[in-house]
Amino acid sequence: MTTSTFSGTAPAAAAPAAVVERPVETKRSLRSVRRSDVLALVGAAVGAVSCTSLLFFRLAPFSGKLGFVVVAYLLFLGFYALLVSRDEAGPVVRDRLAAAVSHSLAFVLLLAMVVVIGYTLWRGKDAWSHANFFTEDMRRTGPLDPLDVGGIAHAAVGTLEQIALALVVTVPLGLTCAVFLLEARGRLARLVRMLTEAMTALPSIVAGLFVYAMLIVSHVVERSGLAASIAISVMMLPIVIRAADVVLRLVPGNLKEASLALGASRWRTVWHVVLPTARSGLTTAVILGTARGIGETSPVLLTAGYATAMNANPLQDPMTSLPLATFQLVKSSQPEMIARGFGAAATLLAIVLVLFVVARVIGGKPPGQLSKRAQKRAARASERDARRFTIEAVHQLVSEDTNRRSA
Amino acid sequence: MTVVAVEPPHAEDVPRRLADRPTPADRFFFLFTRAGGLSVLVLMGLVGAFLTYRAGKALEQANIAFLTTEAWEPDSGNFGIAAVLVGTLLIAGVAILIAFPLAAGTALYISEYAPRRLRSTLISLVDLMAAIPSVVYGLWGFFLLQPHMLVVGQEGNGLVRWLATYLGWIPLFAVDGADPGDPLSTATVYTSSTFIAGVVVALMIAPVMCSVMREVFSQAPVGEREGAYALGTTRWGMIRAVVLPFGRAGMIGGTMLGLGRALGETIAVYLIISPIFVIQPHILQNGASSISSLIALRYGEASGFGTSALMAAGLALFLITLLVNVLASAVVNRSRSGAVTG
Repeated sequence: MTTSTFSGTAPAAAAPAAVVERPVETKRSLRSVRRSDVLALVGAAVGAVSCTSLLFFRLAPFSGKLGFVVVAYLLFLGFYALLVSRDEAGPVVRDRLAAAVSHSLAFVLLLAMVVVIGYTLWRGKDAWSHANFFTEDMRRTGPLDPLDVGGIAHAAVGTLEQIALALVVTVPLGLTCAVFLLEARGRLARLVRMLTEAMTALPSIVAGLFVYAMLIVSHVVERSGLAASIAISVMMLPIVIRAADVVLRLVPGNLKEASLALGASRWRTVWHVVLPTARSGLTTAVILGTARGIGETSPVLLTAGYATAMNANPLQDPMTSLPLATFQLVKSSQPEMIARGFGAAATLLAIVLVLFVVARVIGGKPPGQLSKRAQKRAARASERDARRFTIEAVHQLVSEDTNRRSA
Repeated sequence: MTVVAVEPPHAEDVPRRLADRPTPADRFFFLFTRAGGLSVLVLMGLVGAFLTYRAGKALEQANIAFLTTEAWEPDSGNFGIAAVLVGTLLIAGVAILIAFPLAAGTALYISEYAPRRLRSTLISLVDLMAAIPSVVYGLWGFFLLQPHMLVVGQEGNGLVRWLATYLGWIPLFAVDGADPGDPLSTATVYTSSTFIAGVVVALMIAPVMCSVMREVFSQAPVGEREGAYALGTTRWGMIRAVVLPFGRAGMIGGTMLGLGRALGETIAVYLIISPIFVIQPHILQNGASSISSLIALRYGEASGFGTSALMAAGLALFLITLLVNVLASAVVNRSRSGAVTG
């Protein structure tokens, strides 16, 4: 933004300036998007699509949707650079091209995600439109049966039981370990931290293979929901510990120091200051770990076995979960089975989406930052305290005064 | 923690003795958390030790041939990870080559270009993409990507055939048994290949890489950004001069983290490839292999010794991913941006 040349000069010089006839000032547009930018963008896009259409449908024997998109995109970049270079210098042209490429890469990634989710839900609607899909198991369903027979109730129950069992182990153990890493110093803490970080690299199939070889081959546990939840726990534990560790480390040090300075003991500081401050973050960490654990197929594949019947007992007999059911159903060549597989995948995806939304709602904020309502609540509480204190102080003063007078 | 000051009897100032005597509750608390830490240590140590112990039997017998044999016939003593290891690295390599530009571009978009209001939504979306179960990506790859986008119809039109036709002179892109000039050639030579598995894995790891990169990009110091603008540069000039050099270690670390995920991916790869046990350097050709899908394929039929051989393969995979992850965290931690984020 430039200012008028006269505005900064001394008052002595301002006198003749007032005489000079100044042109009427028009308001300058300070917006970062100019009309020529938009025109260049639109022009390049229209030109690229037209040229590619000409090339594909009239001139050259090219075909294919992907090829069309790629050629059109490259032409678009070329035209855009050409149009911008008519008004601007080299660095600006490069700037515009980089912005265009960055925008389109982000668009491609998000488009891919929408396609992955949308395709699964769309293919899953065939199975979802039959209510029995959610209430029956596959016990009496042959490979050729239509979709109004059989469902995935057994897999849904299996998934819920397995993840619940895994959470019962991983959440208390993981949080205790994270607190240990936060509070303890010394060789043991370093060793635990190193090993936890190493174990996040453990591929999930190897976790499954471990449980398979250690517990199932040696007949300690048979293929069951319990074995599957142990495998999921082995996979989830390092993830939960690391996520919780990161969140606990974000708790401001001055809060902890204030608590210690007020005379609180270490465990009271952790229990009443550190954990409540990090609560939303910890919840998010656990929920995201759950989303990872619930969708894992490979450890379950080796340890749960595959059952077509409802089995609510995790201690014996194979127990199917949703990802495993998806995997087994789509390996069939029957379209009904594949539709059921997509239905199971869509159900799994829906559970993950819900978990994710819940995680965002609970913990979108870093520790110590309160929502508006929580802020108001805190303000009201401290107001109440202040009033109580003043009233008590007044009472005390009055009673002291009465005492003195009576004495 | 109660700090007790022991006052000396005389009035002169001498350093006071400060004794830290934990209360009983504190002592219990320390013991309890220490027990938690120890049990995690034991559990994790057990996994590693058991893997090594069981793998030992197979490794003892196979010796150095474990690294050079292509076939996987543990019951006749002829087994090794040469083929599956190369297959794993090729799939991961394709995945990284595709995922890196996607992740870097998206990370730059979110941290530099996106409107401020959209930013947190976009971050959540990318995190959500990382949480989509791998079997869902596998379904998408097998039922949509392969038959409808990459290898379409009976002749297998699409990107794969185009690459094989025009870039087939590069050994990596060669396809045996495919004749580009023959319109009646079948599509099956182009399906279930390393390349298609790599594309699917790329989409799975791109969000992981993207969130690491975005994190370091957004940590680039505001003062330096404004300095670059004040010197009259464009936004891209600022990114090249400030953001990218600052975030270079994050980009490398994020990429290696994605590589670790790509190496261990099982189900999506298993659904797509048709497994073979020879070294297959032609990434567009039918037939591929990976260590994790080998385990998923063979665990059921494995005898006691076969399980031990699979354990050895699993151990090799674990060691590679461990190495990659350790390098990644070392790169991130030793950099300037790591000092800020860490």
